[in-house]
Amino acid sequence: MANPTLFQLATTTVGSGGASSVTFSSIPATYTDLVVKASIRTDSASNLTGLITLNGSSSSFSFRQLEGNGASVASYNGTTNATNTENGTGTTASTFSSFEFYFPNYTSANNKSFSIDSVTENNATTAYADLTANLWSNTAAITSIALAPGSTANFAQYSTFYLYGIKNS
Amino acid sequence: MASGATYTPIATTTLGSAANSVTFSSIPSTYQDLVLVINYGQTSGANGFSVQFNGDTGTNYSGTTINGNGSSASSSRYTSANCVDIAENLGSTTLGASTIIAHFMNYANTSTYKTVLSRGGNAATVTQALVGLWRNTSAINQMIISLGGAFTSTPTALAGSTFTLYGIASA
Repeated sequence: MANPTLFQLATTTVGSGGASSVTFSSIPATYTDLVVKASIRTDSASNLTGLITLNGSSSSFSFRQLEGNGASVASYNGTTNATNTENGTGTTASTFSSFEFYFPNYTSANNKSFSIDSVTENNATTAYADLTANLWSNTAAITSIALAPGSTANFAQYSTFYLYGIKNS
Repeated sequence: MASGATYTPIATTTLGSAANSVTFSSIPSTYQDLVLVINYGQTSGANGFSVQFNGDTGTNYSGTTINGNGSSASSSRYTSANCVDIAENLGSTTLGASTIIAHFMNYANTSTYKTVLSRGGNAATVTQALVGLWRNTSAINQMIISLGGAFTSTPTALAGSTFTLYGIASA
């Protein structure tokens, strides 16, 4: 039987001053897939859409998203480095969005596809569940992942970000 | 660097040439759940993948899909099928552009039917979530994973497409 292969590579918990972004850098090329699990809240009054940067690049991204808001469901597409909806200060206090990013074959010579699943719970009429398929049209191995809350906001204190590597052998 | 211990690779296949299906056999019953990760392209068309368990070709499968194509959302359902869908109509000819992550819960429980929850996505085609049911109480010990649910020679996934099955322990 093979050995377990989900490895925690790095963690970040946002401190009292907030953070304008979180970056995982120097990601080793020794795994098959990467997973980022994040608990996110921003200091924005509105529910912002996050941003992702890979290897310092914010270009050559595209996505298709499926979003439910508690009353209806819709689908969107775009060519930006947007991620999913995040809890802002207008949502129920102490409530953080749950995100999972999955990057298969992140060192391959192919363009990099990845998925983002998230929920933005809120004790109000509107809350969001987002499922997104993303593509970074770049053949370089992913060596850094940076996440930002969008606009000029900060990630709020107690937001957490965990990076894992998964090996297939 | 800290290390965790939950994903255990059971089997992995990288296609050396274009093929319609991959089979994982002799799946041990020693885990709580299974996770299947597929990253692929296909020679033509836009298909997802379907699975048959333990060689069961009977009409014992059903499922529901919610789907977004970038401009509209939809949901569909099938019953009394001969396989369970873990993705539908999301493929493209770009190798690596399509990803499927499927979770098989309590796959070794011999008292309950088996359910699967999966996510499929391709930024150029669709993003989707699917649930499926296999009406059988046997522990899953084999999966035949077929592009388009064809279980024949076509359509085919591209060489270089990857299929990995992980076991998830409960403790």
